[in-house]
Amino acid sequence: MPAPLLSLRNMTKTYGQTVANSAIDLDVAAGSIHAILGENGAGKSTLMKLIYGVERPDEGEVLWNGAPVHLTSPAEARRLGIGMVFQHFSLFETLTVVENISLIVPGSKADLATRIRALGQDFGLVVDPFAHVHALSVGERQRVEIIRCLLTEPRLLILDEPTSVLPPQAVGLLFDTLRRLRDGGVSILFISHKLDEIRALCDRATILRGGRVTGDVDPRDHDSHDLARMMIGRDMPAPLHLAPMPQGDLRLELSGLNHAPDDPFGMGLAGVTLRLHAGEILGIAGISGNGQAELSRLISGETVLPAARRDEIRMMDKAIGHLGPAERRALGFAFVPEERLGRGAVPDMSLADNSLLTAHPLGLLKRGLIDRQAEAKFTAGCIADFDVRTSGPEAEAGSLSGGNLQKFIMGREISLNPRLLFVAQPTWGVDIGAATAIRHRLVQMRNEGVAVLVISEELEELFEICDRIQVLHKGALSPSLDPRSEGPEEIGRWMIGAAGVAA
Amino acid sequence: MSGIEFILAGMLAAATPFLLAALGELVVERAGVLNLGLEGMMAFGAAIGFIVVYEGGGHFAAFVAAGFAGVGLALIFGGLAVGLRANQVAVGLAVGILGQGLSSLVGNSYESLTITGLPKLAFPGLSDLPVVGGLFVQDIIVWLSLIATALIWAMFRYSRLGLILRAIGENPAAARAIGYRVNALRLCAVMFGGAMAGFAGAYAATVYTPLWADGMIAGRGWIALALVVFGTWLTGRIFFGACLFGAVSLASLVAQTEGWAVPSQLLSSLPYIVAIVVLGIITSNKRLLKINGVASLGEPFGP
Repeated sequence: MPAPLLSLRNMTKTYGQTVANSAIDLDVAAGSIHAILGENGAGKSTLMKLIYGVERPDEGEVLWNGAPVHLTSPAEARRLGIGMVFQHFSLFETLTVVENISLIVPGSKADLATRIRALGQDFGLVVDPFAHVHALSVGERQRVEIIRCLLTEPRLLILDEPTSVLPPQAVGLLFDTLRRLRDGGVSILFISHKLDEIRALCDRATILRGGRVTGDVDPRDHDSHDLARMMIGRDMPAPLHLAPMPQGDLRLELSGLNHAPDDPFGMGLAGVTLRLHAGEILGIAGISGNGQAELSRLISGETVLPAARRDEIRMMDKAIGHLGPAERRALGFAFVPEERLGRGAVPDMSLADNSLLTAHPLGLLKRGLIDRQAEAKFTAGCIADFDVRTSGPEAEAGSLSGGNLQKFIMGREISLNPRLLFVAQPTWGVDIGAATAIRHRLVQMRNEGVAVLVISEELEELFEICDRIQVLHKGALSPSLDPRSEGPEEIGRWMIGAAGVAA
Repeated sequence: MSGIEFILAGMLAAATPFLLAALGELVVERAGVLNLGLEGMMAFGAAIGFIVVYEGGGHFAAFVAAGFAGVGLALIFGGLAVGLRANQVAVGLAVGILGQGLSSLVGNSYESLTITGLPKLAFPGLSDLPVVGGLFVQDIIVWLSLIATALIWAMFRYSRLGLILRAIGENPAAARAIGYRVNALRLCAVMFGGAMAGFAGAYAATVYTPLWADGMIAGRGWIALALVVFGTWLTGRIFFGACLFGAVSLASLVAQTEGWAVPSQLLSSLPYIVAIVVLGIITSNKRLLKINGVASLGEPFGP
């Protein structure tokens, strides 16, 4: 039996107190698609950084075709034939596609453009070589990254969560491309936490949990339940059931909202219309970069409209488009932004001081001064009610893991007893246990008569908790869709702008 | 000679100190580093250049020595700001003050002494044209500066090196991920900027006004810094900006000789007023800044 293309032996990496990778062994055979399966925070990204030479291991050995190698830089890894497509793309936005590629691949621009087009034909990766990257969609950028890797003729291609940025239809195309590459002799290391994808695509799967290997299996021999148990250490939580609710009063209304962004790389909004009532959850689906950031700033009040257009946003039946965040919150609005550090919480401040930021009307101030006792009591309450794992109210917000901080911010906002709750990416980067707890809490809020608006990229999540779904594509919002009658394919068509056009 | 002819003939020479310093700073900023020590690097280069010429070393040696002086200060700046990832603003200001102090120190015994500048070389044929003829009679350094402008323009537009510099300025983490040594390249850019600042200072002190007076750089380094933003990090615009400042500074002389009833203080502050107004106009165009700007400017990068 030939030596594996890549072997890792006893790879260990710690950051301060945290053990990101502990004694990891991995063998990637030549000509195979090998999955690394694990939750957020299981150590997948760290392991890839070690393989690609971005970080150095504390202990352990890397074998390439059976011979030990020292990977000290990405350039070194590339020389061996390791290419990587990053989750957060490593393209240069102000350069054109061919300029981006020429930073790695030698050759004249005209010559490279021809090769880019030829490769695009062969592998279904069509992209204009002379387009500026900032003008490309997320899917096109991913194609550019893959083309850039392929032009270096790698033996091993690493893809970090490649499907998280793609609509369902494009995932199929990507898988076809990857299978063709494998048949052409390239091994692929496919990092994901999506069980179905791994079972559909991969020949082998190594499962990580808490920085350790908990399984090394052929994913086709195991069902999703087995894989999930290896990945999270217990059974998958049961899905939620939404009981129908009578329609309540109107809590949020956007009517024909248009907006031109300040940021030239941002997405404008065109005629966004939605109505959200008490006692329902409305989900906004769509691939990020289609106007989600702009829409959430307009709803939160971080972007305000001129007074003449105040009617375009109404909350609790009042025209509030011209009001700032504090005035909107005073009406009973609460908001959990996508970025936890910097927008949802101040990383350098204690949890207690972070509670003060939005919960100060709940008696945390006495004659304009901070009531430290009330502040600590409120914070301890949030920590206990929402199962936040932390040393206490004095812990710095930045020291919490993403999931724990999200639970704390959710807890703080829910404690305000809002009439309208807006959550952007509620479970992004959160482990399955905490994600389930957050979703249950959102449904509970809905059942208590709160109007809940959720922006999420995770379609499964929206299908689980939403009464209605609308899809944002290129700044335009689809009509309201019913997740009980429309399947993911229909939502997916709206995500790529292919639905409703012919009609 | 009319006012217009006077301005056209002197504009390029007046623009050259701005231009050389700004071209150096353009390369530094494109790589993602903000060097606020430009004024001090120019002052030190000016003092060293003047001393070399006065002591009989000649202009060639003076420019080489001034370039090395600039690189020396740039290495201090780069070592702290790039190597040790100190705050670029603080280190830049400190190195700038150091350069001005060194310039006063070494220039102390040369105060008010004069030397001879460089001869003007005429561009045959064109220099005899009416009105604009004066544009084509310039000293060798002006001609070389024009060539340097063209080379830097071509570097950013066509060469791989220009592409790499733009890449490490926009997204250093991504540049490292694809295998470039970001901080080594940034240090090289900073050294180039230091050498250009040294040349700019030497030109001001040994060619443009060949006499030594403490503080003779008189804010030209700050104008050069403003020019880089003013030109939205594009070589051609920086060149036109430098010419504009050259012309404005000559216009104040013309106004004085013509006896216009304008206070001379107001006239000599004209370049700064122009800088503030133009910067205000340029920075109001967010799209232009975002597309041509340097995303990681001023942020130290650590692996």
